[in-house]
Amino acid sequence: MNGESRILLVEDDPQDVELMLRALRSESVKSRVEVVRDGEEALDYLFCRGEYRHRSADQPPTLVLLDLKLPKVGGLQVLQEVKASSVCRSIPVVVLTSSGEQRDIAESYRLGVNSYIQKPVDIGEFRRAIRTLALYWLGVNRSPFAQKPMNLQ
Amino acid sequence: MLTFRNYSIRRKLTWMNMLVSGAALLLACTAFAGYELADFRQTLVRSLSIQAQIIGANSASALLIRDPDGARDTLAALKAAPDIVSASVFDSAGKVFARYSRDGAGAAAPLETLPGNEIEEFRFTSSQLILSRAIDFRGRRIGTVRIRSDLSEVNGRLLRYTGIVMVVLAVSLLAAFAFSSVFQRATAKPIVDLANTARIVSREKKYSLRAPVTKNTDEIAVLVDSFNEMLEQIQQRDTALRNARDELELRVEQRTEQLEAVNKELESFTYSVAHDLRAPLRHIQGFADALQEDYGGTLDSAVLGYIRRIIDSTRRMDELISDLLALAQVGRQELVFQTVPLNAVVQDVIHELSEENQARHIEWRAGKLPAAECDPRLMKLAFYNLISNAVKYTRPRDPAIIEIGETSVQGEKVIFVRDNGVGFNMKYAHKLFGVFERLHRREDFEGTGVGLATVQRIVHKHGGRIWAEAEPDRGATFYLTLGRKQ
Repeated sequence: MNGESRILLVEDDPQDVELMLRALRSESVKSRVEVVRDGEEALDYLFCRGEYRHRSADQPPTLVLLDLKLPKVGGLQVLQEVKASSVCRSIPVVVLTSSGEQRDIAESYRLGVNSYIQKPVDIGEFRRAIRTLALYWLGVNRSPFAQKPMNLQ
Repeated sequence: MLTFRNYSIRRKLTWMNMLVSGAALLLACTAFAGYELADFRQTLVRSLSIQAQIIGANSASALLIRDPDGARDTLAALKAAPDIVSASVFDSAGKVFARYSRDGAGAAAPLETLPGNEIEEFRFTSSQLILSRAIDFRGRRIGTVRIRSDLSEVNGRLLRYTGIVMVVLAVSLLAAFAFSSVFQRATAKPIVDLANTARIVSREKKYSLRAPVTKNTDEIAVLVDSFNEMLEQIQQRDTALRNARDELELRVEQRTEQLEAVNKELESFTYSVAHDLRAPLRHIQGFADALQEDYGGTLDSAVLGYIRRIIDSTRRMDELISDLLALAQVGRQELVFQTVPLNAVVQDVIHELSEENQARHIEWRAGKLPAAECDPRLMKLAFYNLISNAVKYTRPRDPAIIEIGETSVQGEKVIFVRDNGVGFNMKYAHKLFGVFERLHRREDFEGTGVGLATVQRIVHKHGGRIWAEAEPDRGATFYLTLGRKQ
C-alpha cells in the first residue's frame, strides 16, 4: 500500500485505538495513522485550526475513520461539518462504530458518509473488516487528492 | 273557555277575582233588592186593604140607603192618596154603585165576582195593584169595593235598586281589579318569574341562574326554593363532572408524558446496550486474541484453554446483546401491514435453514398456508425463530421431521410448526416464552432464551396468540393465530 497515505482515526477509547492500530499493523497497512481523541480535535485537525493551525490544508488525510460516540462533539456532528464544508467535503469518511442502529446508519448516509461499518465484536471478523476496508479505500479507490495514481499492491 | 285556558296566570287570576267578587256581589244585591221589593209590596197591599176597609165601612150606610152620592163623597176622600188611580163601589149585584177616578175619566170595569168565602182579593198587573174587598153588614154581604193603585213607585224603586246594584257592582269590580293587581304581585309574580327562569334555563342551559326568592312562605315559595335547590344540585354536579374530566385529562396527559419519558429512556438504554456494552466486549476479545497471538508459543495449554474460554464467553455475550436488541426493536417498532403470502415466507426460511444445515438430514413437510395481513419483516423473523428452533431441537433425530401447516383447533384456523425433536415437559410450558428462559441445558442445545420471547411479542403485536404442546422425547408443536389474518 501507498506509504504516503494518511489515515485520521477519530476514536476516544484508547483500547479501541490500540486494537485498531494492531489490526492495521497485522493487515500490513503502511499508512501513517493520526489519532484524535474527540470530535472537536477532529474538526481542528481537518480545518487546520486550534493546535493544528500550523498543519497544511494542502495535505488532507486520505481517509477519515470516524467513531460516532465521541466526547464534546459527536461523530454525526463532525460528519455534518465536514460534508458541509467545500474544503473538506471530498475527504472520504468511513464511520466505524459499535452501533448497528438503523437510525445511525440512515442519518450518516443522509449527511453524506462514504461508508458505514459496524465494528464486529468477534476479533476475527473485526480483522477481516479492517483488511477489506484498507484494501478498498487505500488501494482500489482513487483519492481526489492524489497527484498520481497509487500503486496497487 | 279554551281561550281562558291559554290566558297567562296573571289574567286568569284577575278574571277569577272579578268573576268571583262580581258574582257574589250580584247575588247579595239581588237578594237584598228582592227582599226589599217584596216587603214594600206587602206594605202596599196592607195599606190599600186598610183604605178599602175604611171606604167599605163608610160606604155601608150609603149602600143600605141606596145613596150613591154619599158613597161618591167617601170615595172622593181618596184624592189625598196620589197613588190611587181609581176606586169603585159595587152593590151586592155587582153593579157599579159609585166610582172615583183620579183623572175623572173612564168607566169602571165590571167586577169579577169574589168567591163566597173570600173577603179580600188582590192581584198585580204590570203597572197596577188591584184590590177588591167585600163590604159586609151584620154578616150579610152588601157590596164590594175595588181600588186600583198605581205601581209607579214600586217600579221606580226597582229601577233605583237596579241602578244602585249596577253602580255598586261597577265600583266593586274596579276595586276588585285594583286589589287583584296587588295580590297578583304576591301570588302570580313569583310563578311568572319562576316560569321565566325555567324557560331561560332550559333554553340556554344556564344552570347558574336562580328564580327570584319571595318573602312568602306559601307553596309557591316552596316551589321556588325547590327549583333553586335543583339548579344548585345540577350546577354542583356539572362542576364535579367537569372537574373529574379535567382531572382525567390531566392524568392522561401526565401518564402520556411519563410513558414518553420511559420510552425515551428505554430507547437510550437500548442504544447504550448496542453501543457501550459492546465496546468492552470487543476489547476483552481483542486483547485475549492479542495474548494468544503474541505469546501463544510460550503459554501452556491450560492458559490457552482459558483464553479460548474468555473469547467464547465474549461471543456468547455478544449474541445475548444482539438478541435482546432484536427483542427490544420488535417492541418499539411500528407495524407495517401488508398482505403477505405466508407460504413464501416459510419457503424462504426453509431455504436459509437448509443451506445452514446441509450436514443434517431434515424432512420438510410444508402444507398450504394462507395469505395474512401482517408486517412481513417481523413475520419472517417469527417463522425463522420458530423453525430454527425446530431444527435445533431435532438435532439428535435422523431424519428430523419438521411440519408446517394450517389446521383447525376448536373451529379456529391456526398455523402450526411441528417437530419430532426432544420436546419438553408441559409442566414448564408457562416458562417457554419468557425472556432468558431455557428448558434445556446449554451443553445440549445452544441459545440465549430470547427467540421464543421475540416470537411471542411479534404474535401479540399482531393481535394473535401463541402456545405449544409437547412431550419429552416425542417432539413439540407450536400453534399461533394472527388477529389480523384474512
